[in-house]
Amino acid sequence: MSSIRVPVIEKILNANDQLASLNRKRLDEAGVFAINLMASPGAGKTTLILNTIRALAPEIRIGVIEGDTAPVTIDADKVLAAGMPAVQINTGGDCHLDAPMIEQGLNSLPLKELDLIIIENVGNLICPAAFQLGSHANVLIASVPEGDDKPYKYPNIYRGVQVLVVTKTDLLPYVTFNMDYFRQGVEMLSPGLVTFPLSCKTGEGVTEWTNWVRQQVKQKRGQ
Amino acid sequence: MHELSVTESILNIASRHAEQAEAKRVTDIHIVVGKLSSIVDDSVQFYWDMISEGTICAGATLHFQRVPARLACLDCNAEFELSAELIPCPKCGSVRVKVLAGEEFWLDSIEITR
Repeated sequence: MSSIRVPVIEKILNANDQLASLNRKRLDEAGVFAINLMASPGAGKTTLILNTIRALAPEIRIGVIEGDTAPVTIDADKVLAAGMPAVQINTGGDCHLDAPMIEQGLNSLPLKELDLIIIENVGNLICPAAFQLGSHANVLIASVPEGDDKPYKYPNIYRGVQVLVVTKTDLLPYVTFNMDYFRQGVEMLSPGLVTFPLSCKTGEGVTEWTNWVRQQVKQKRGQ
Repeated sequence: MHELSVTESILNIASRHAEQAEAKRVTDIHIVVGKLSSIVDDSVQFYWDMISEGTICAGATLHFQRVPARLACLDCNAEFELSAELIPCPKCGSVRVKVLAGEEFWLDSIEITR
């Protein structure tokens, strides 16, 4: 009884990626633009979402999918308080959202009544990078107090993102953050990456970001 | 830590191909992992022993072929490997680089008995 080698050559996350394509198709058919928002914990994901809602609603109808590792609804409650439909996904300790979780999330949202879905991924710079969700844009947030070395330490998450938002720029005078060094690392991993430096506290730069989102939503609607 | 879902995928893919090949059991599984793909071999092995129990893949040995992160300099064409952190081109110092390899993550082959 000798062993036989069977070639496979299949991407290990193939099943996830295929479901992500189906999610994307569903969003396309409903004319909804979807953003996958990734960042470390405390970078300001929820704050950016709330500021985006404030700037774009009711002109743009927004739904939010909140990913959390534990059944805490703090983030979802804030979105609901802002008058937007939100669905909370408890990953049960898992470090990231995946395509099957987003499929469930989409089932719970009134897709036909929405223009934009923002998916708040689990706060983590490692795992979310590996899992496609079916969103149209992967958006990464890097906050100034995290430090300027993050692209060098977590190169993976800087690959495969379409937009970078640098938050808490109001803190630049108080912390050591060399913007040139930071941007150099980003440029090495994602040449020409669209970047929005902003502060939700002072409001500086927020309009450039929300204008970009509005533009994407309009394009999606027009298709 | 997303090794559990990754390990489940490995089990699903290996079992499907094993059944197609009319295997009695799977003895070895060969996986290709790029250095940039942030997978911890030991954790996969840990979950593997738990979730493969009672399946056609029970007891199979996992083999990880590590692919280094390789970059090319767009200015001087030098190719270099990353050992840990992201670095500029060691030859000319340029930061205009392109990732050539290191993001692989696939199941290459299985070894079966019939």
